[in-house]
Amino acid sequence: MESTHSPAIETIGLRKVFGEKVAVADLTLTVERGEVFGFLGPNGAGKTTSVKMLLGLITPTAGQGRLLGKPLGDPQGRAKAGFLPEHFRFHDWLTAREFLHLHAELYHIPAALARKRVAELLELVGLASFAGQKLREFSKGMLQRVGLAQALLNEPDLVILDEPTSGLDPVGRLHVRDIIRGLRDRGAAVFLNSHLLSEVEITCDRVAFIKHGSVIQVTPLKSLMEGEIELLVQARPLTAEVASGLKHWSRDVRVEDGQVTLTLSKEEDIPQINRYLVDSGSQVFALYPKRLSLEDQFIRIIGMDGGL
Amino acid sequence: MSAWTIARLTFREASRRKILYAAFLLGIAFLAIYGVGFFLIRQEMVREMANSMEERAPFFLNQMSNFMLLAGLYAVNFLTVMMTVLTSVDTVAGEISSGTIHTLVSKPIRRWEVLLGKWLGYSGLLTAYLVLMAGGVLLLVRSIAGYTPSGWPSGLAWMWLNAMLLLCLSLLGGTIFSTLANGVMVFGLFGIAFVGGWVEQIGSFLENQTAVNVGIISSLILPSEALWKRAAYEMQSAISGLAPGMTPFSSVSVPSPAMIVYAVIYALVILILAVRKFQRRDL
Repeated sequence: MESTHSPAIETIGLRKVFGEKVAVADLTLTVERGEVFGFLGPNGAGKTTSVKMLLGLITPTAGQGRLLGKPLGDPQGRAKAGFLPEHFRFHDWLTAREFLHLHAELYHIPAALARKRVAELLELVGLASFAGQKLREFSKGMLQRVGLAQALLNEPDLVILDEPTSGLDPVGRLHVRDIIRGLRDRGAAVFLNSHLLSEVEITCDRVAFIKHGSVIQVTPLKSLMEGEIELLVQARPLTAEVASGLKHWSRDVRVEDGQVTLTLSKEEDIPQINRYLVDSGSQVFALYPKRLSLEDQFIRIIGMDGGL
Repeated sequence: MSAWTIARLTFREASRRKILYAAFLLGIAFLAIYGVGFFLIRQEMVREMANSMEERAPFFLNQMSNFMLLAGLYAVNFLTVMMTVLTSVDTVAGEISSGTIHTLVSKPIRRWEVLLGKWLGYSGLLTAYLVLMAGGVLLLVRSIAGYTPSGWPSGLAWMWLNAMLLLCLSLLGGTIFSTLANGVMVFGLFGIAFVGGWVEQIGSFLENQTAVNVGIISSLILPSEALWKRAAYEMQSAISGLAPGMTPFSSVSVPSPAMIVYAVIYALVILILAVRKFQRRDL
């Protein structure tokens, strides 16, 4: 059947223009089932608008897409999707349990099953003992937890999370990370919109970078992280002549305070550099390889201007 | 059906936010004061008439009952209009601006189901309110004076239609404007219809056709006051129609049945427009 083998998300050239302002210029991407997909970009890059187009909250100006095999805007596509908005606001005069039952009903989950799911999910997000409390009395973190539970009611094949851990403490974040992994292990796709790059680094399989409303790079996180290495060299004496010889391995050689930093494209260069230094008459005290963090990569790809 | 879920949510919201209790308790207080007042006035008149005009007493007492009944229903009509606008003005615009709408419409639900659900919920609430208030007034007059106007079912029906008309209008406004702008729009239109109704009434009394036309045009802009006039006409006694007093409770210039048809079409068109607007709105 098409709907079970289709990608979780598939878009071609989605575009949204508000009046004069181009919010999203070109959103073309595919998210497979069973992967955690990070959607990264600076503020105002069009991340939330993109998410809203996927869920039918905003009608695209141009382009097309499918959500779980159904055209965007088709309620059937959303039947197996879960969503936690960034600025979540709920009907706060409901208790946590009533709130989840309301949304279970909107997912057309039969009452008996809904009771079971609601109890399980309240347990999962650690709110079982607050089930009868009104959402009005909840802290931001608790609201985020109940919002997450709401997105999981239908045992979704795709969960779209817009900044899901912004209100959570470190323990809560760890918990959400486990939930995301659980979803992936079950074969669901997770679309994660987050500023917390350390989170993304730990949880995501692939990431897309969006800037000025366009996807500028989509890449497996692994290859991104394995890409470049920064090597710090401490060797004495280190003449200018020897240092410039290092350009053989790197375009980017910086000398500061008698230390040299260079960017390498592969790990195998390190022993060769060691041999070169020794052969050139330097004594090597230390070679510190350092992988670029996702934050470094983000700034390299998006630019220091934040894309504004 | 999802619309039913939304309708029940609307009901539950009204009850959780104490709107239901406030309306019910104040409604009971209104009826109590009305009943006491009506009882005392009638007692006084019975006493007066016993002395002077015995033969015509039943006739005058019925006239008085009719006048008091319409005065009570006039107040009920106004309260129902207020209730309609105040409860529904925020339901769409408020949910859009707060963002609570996001988790609702990202479910496998169609937008029209959300709007229809809200309409169902509020129309249920308002029908209950109208039945309590107008039914209370009718029952009080009946139990105290033994009087019920013959046209009361259609009278109530047009009062109900008036509430539905304003409900549809405020739902449409909610899909376009902010809460505050929506309230200003609905009450503004209601005000035009209200004052237009009076211009028509006085114009008709003075036999000034231009004034009557102004009234008719304002009724076309919003047939709200016209519906009350028609409701009052259905319930007024034959004599107050023949000898018009300048009271808001009786009608000199009676809106034709065509105005009722117009109001029904008006409400339906507005509801359809609201659905279409909401369907296309970026949330």
